[in-house]
Amino acid sequence: MERPAWAPPGIDISVPSVSRIYDYYLGGSHNFEVDREAARKAMEFVPGLPKVMQANRAFMRRAVRYAVDEGITQFLDIGSGIPTFGNVHEVAQSADPAARVLYVDHDPVAVAHSRAVLEGNENAGVVAADLRKPQDILDSPEAGRLLDPDRPVALLLVSVLHFVEDADEPHRAVAELRDALAPGSLLIISHAAYEGMPLPQERVGGAVGVYRDIRNPLVMRTRAEIARFFDGFALVDPGLVKMPEWRPENPVDQEDPYAFSGFAGVGRKA
Amino acid sequence: MPAQAPGSAAEPDGLEDRLQRFATIWSRAVFPVTATSLTRPEIERHLLPLARDLSDALHGRPFDPAPAHRVGAALVAAHCTDPDALSRSLGVVDSYLVLYCGGDGEPEELRARCARLQHALAAGFAQALRERTLVEQEAIARSALVARTFAEQALHATEARFRAVFEGAALGIGIADLDGNVLEVNGALTRMFGGLEHHVRGRKVSEWVHPEDAPHVWKLYGELVRGERDDFRVEKAFYRGDGTVLWTNLTVSLLRDADGVPQYQLALMEDTTERRLLNLRLRYEATHDALTGLPNRTLFFERLDKVLSSGDGTRFGLCYLDLDGFKAINDSLGHAAGDRLLVEVADRLQSVATRPGEMVARLGGDEFVALTTGTDTEQQADELAHRILGALATPVRLDGRELTVRGSVGIVEGPAGERGPAEVLRSADITMYRAKAAGGNRFERADPEADARAITRHGLTTALPAALDRGEFFIEYQPLVHLGDGSVHGAEALVRWCHPQHGVLGPDRFIPLAEHTGLIVPLGRWVLQEAVRQARFWNRSHADGGPLRINVNLSPTQLHHPNLVADTVDVLERSGLDPGALCLEVTESALIGADEDLLKPLRQLADMGVDIALDDFGTGYSNLANLRRLPVSVLKLDRSFTQSMQQHPIDPVDLKIVEGIVSLAHSLELAVTVEGVETGAQAEQLRELGCDTAQGWYYARPGAPDRIHSLVLADAV
Repeated sequence: MERPAWAPPGIDISVPSVSRIYDYYLGGSHNFEVDREAARKAMEFVPGLPKVMQANRAFMRRAVRYAVDEGITQFLDIGSGIPTFGNVHEVAQSADPAARVLYVDHDPVAVAHSRAVLEGNENAGVVAADLRKPQDILDSPEAGRLLDPDRPVALLLVSVLHFVEDADEPHRAVAELRDALAPGSLLIISHAAYEGMPLPQERVGGAVGVYRDIRNPLVMRTRAEIARFFDGFALVDPGLVKMPEWRPENPVDQEDPYAFSGFAGVGRKA
Repeated sequence: MPAQAPGSAAEPDGLEDRLQRFATIWSRAVFPVTATSLTRPEIERHLLPLARDLSDALHGRPFDPAPAHRVGAALVAAHCTDPDALSRSLGVVDSYLVLYCGGDGEPEELRARCARLQHALAAGFAQALRERTLVEQEAIARSALVARTFAEQALHATEARFRAVFEGAALGIGIADLDGNVLEVNGALTRMFGGLEHHVRGRKVSEWVHPEDAPHVWKLYGELVRGERDDFRVEKAFYRGDGTVLWTNLTVSLLRDADGVPQYQLALMEDTTERRLLNLRLRYEATHDALTGLPNRTLFFERLDKVLSSGDGTRFGLCYLDLDGFKAINDSLGHAAGDRLLVEVADRLQSVATRPGEMVARLGGDEFVALTTGTDTEQQADELAHRILGALATPVRLDGRELTVRGSVGIVEGPAGERGPAEVLRSADITMYRAKAAGGNRFERADPEADARAITRHGLTTALPAALDRGEFFIEYQPLVHLGDGSVHGAEALVRWCHPQHGVLGPDRFIPLAEHTGLIVPLGRWVLQEAVRQARFWNRSHADGGPLRINVNLSPTQLHHPNLVADTVDVLERSGLDPGALCLEVTESALIGADEDLLKPLRQLADMGVDIALDDFGTGYSNLANLRRLPVSVLKLDRSFTQSMQQHPIDPVDLKIVEGIVSLAHSLELAVTVEGVETGAQAEQLRELGCDTAQGWYYARPGAPDRIHSLVLADAV
């Protein structure tokens, strides 16, 4: 029998979770052996995966700081995963203690952990919802509490769109979110791609296969496909680039070669 | 006391500068193996105080390695959790701490202290990493537990909702395994089965066989439990615990597990017992007569139709009974008594038609039918008719009276497959009327010839309205000839029916029918229109030959019709025919005893100049004195007078009568027309007797309008 729409998905920690795998890449221990096993398998193909993740975290940190500098005080982070360190609320609230952050994830463990981490933080919250159903996010009570729809929001889709298959219409989902955002809102995206990987595509394909096997397919997209997510947004300088190249704070030539995998960019809604 | 570091902070190559360089080297060593999102300079700023702590510890008096322990922990706190971060840090301390921060201390002791600081740093790192790992593991485990609990609560809520749906449903719901063991049933299902759960739960599905199960029910069930079909829907009966019957609309679905393997069967039941009873009752009411309880016309026709449409040599016999004089009973004793009589008759009929294949029904009023089927129905039907009349022979006691009931029965008997129910019933009806006409209290057998006559009459009556619409009527004209000079004086319009099956029919075949059904009014109007139009045409073409008159017959019904005058005026005005050229023929019998109301329209027409002819004069018992007050200008002598003149020698009395009538008519200023003139001698005789006009075969038979045309032309020559 099919599960009714209003019944929550079950919890099965014998199945690897992409957010816990991500935590493992970043040296955390918020993970289980199944997650580590999957992560190690992927790293057999692409040993530099932790460096990709680190570059991704660094991009996110710079982008959030940019948003704060641009006067944005509301953050919507979809696909936020397991909060470890250097999270959006830490970065944003260290710059502006009044900054409001709403995390969204569809992994119930990640959501439970986020809730524990955010306990006592009035200006941050978490919603269990799915990027594929933007209306669920926008209509949630937490969104109503934390986000003022009349003021600009920084929407973070960091390392999440590549987990949405084309059949689930990720471009439509992003457009739906865009339409709900006030003018001046920022869209912050990082996305996996074969381009920039310091490895032959077959090797990377091995890692992609690991994600497929754990039923969390990783969808590699081209730069053009990723650029389409910014329809209705004007890309801010320097545009859609390799992660370390986006408003770098370290000398780019000192970055790990893996850091140049995938693309990142920030767009502003007119 | 803390060691005094040599050199000043501000000095180049002073201690502060050397600490800074140490931190730079350290950050460069660990940065590549950290997962932090901080930049390297940020890491360096983070490491600088740690470097100072190590430097201070190196020179501490007394020596205490504890600060290095805290430095190890601080590395972990800065997310330098990779083991490489430790080994690289130890390498940097080993190579550069004494070199950059040793100052002028005893080298041996500095090396020993540096080694102990490394041990402490490693221990601090390991302890912090272990604690952090445990904390994080505990955190994620707790999160997983919380999430699971939440999911279970949600699932529980879901299940509670399902349970509420299950229990609260008006539908009966039951779940059984594939061996047919009933595992779970809801309240509605239990109630359907009489309210005791043990009557249902724990039983086997296969125990629910019921004699009324359709043959495919258990076949479908077998297919379902074998996984060959996913569901089926049937109407099914069950025995309740108390032995009564439960009727249901039953839907059974196969429940499969996630891998598609059949697991359970789910039954949804709707209790249709009441509805079924209601349907049966409605069906009974729709097919039975409320008064007598006998099958009604509907059911009888269903049965008859079934019998007649079956082949295989089946024969049928049908007795159609109509009570004699029932209307009189109804009128004299009242409807309530009449109804009780019908009930008694129905009961008696029921009691005599009990053989297999026999059926009695009430068609309505006092009409009943009995049907018998079989192979020897010729004899059976006769016997049945005898039994029916016999059943009526005993008088019926009603309100203390003895009523003698008689009936007429028409029998139709024959093989199935030749006639339809309506035809059979019509034949039976006609035959019954024959029995009635023969005096009643008897039966007659259907006779094809008698049927045919009646059927033709019946058929013509029903075909009349459509015939007028389809233009099946036409008019023939018979010339009216002036006896004085033999010139054509006018014509009588005579309507004909060109029937698609029976050919051309004369007015005697259908005018009485039209008169009976009222169709005579539109038909008469059509004849008048046509004839007047035709007369107008002739008069235009032969203006020089003097106006031709047109005679049109009026039936009694037309005579009574309120629109007679208006219609006639309308027709004349439309055509433009002079009213004086029209003669309406009215039969003598129609005017017998006519009062002034009836005569008024005729008088109006006469006042307009329309001639009124008294048709068939001499057939009725006319009050001759009456002739004076009738608005009549022509007498048409009945053809019986002309017929008597064909005899040789002519009866002188007949001659005297005709002479007398003519003389009387002329003294009343009435013209005399004779019909049926067939010979020249007759014509001559009638002329001598003073008749004015004549018509008959001697001059011309009725014919198409152009015949008159040519006769008139012949006249003119």
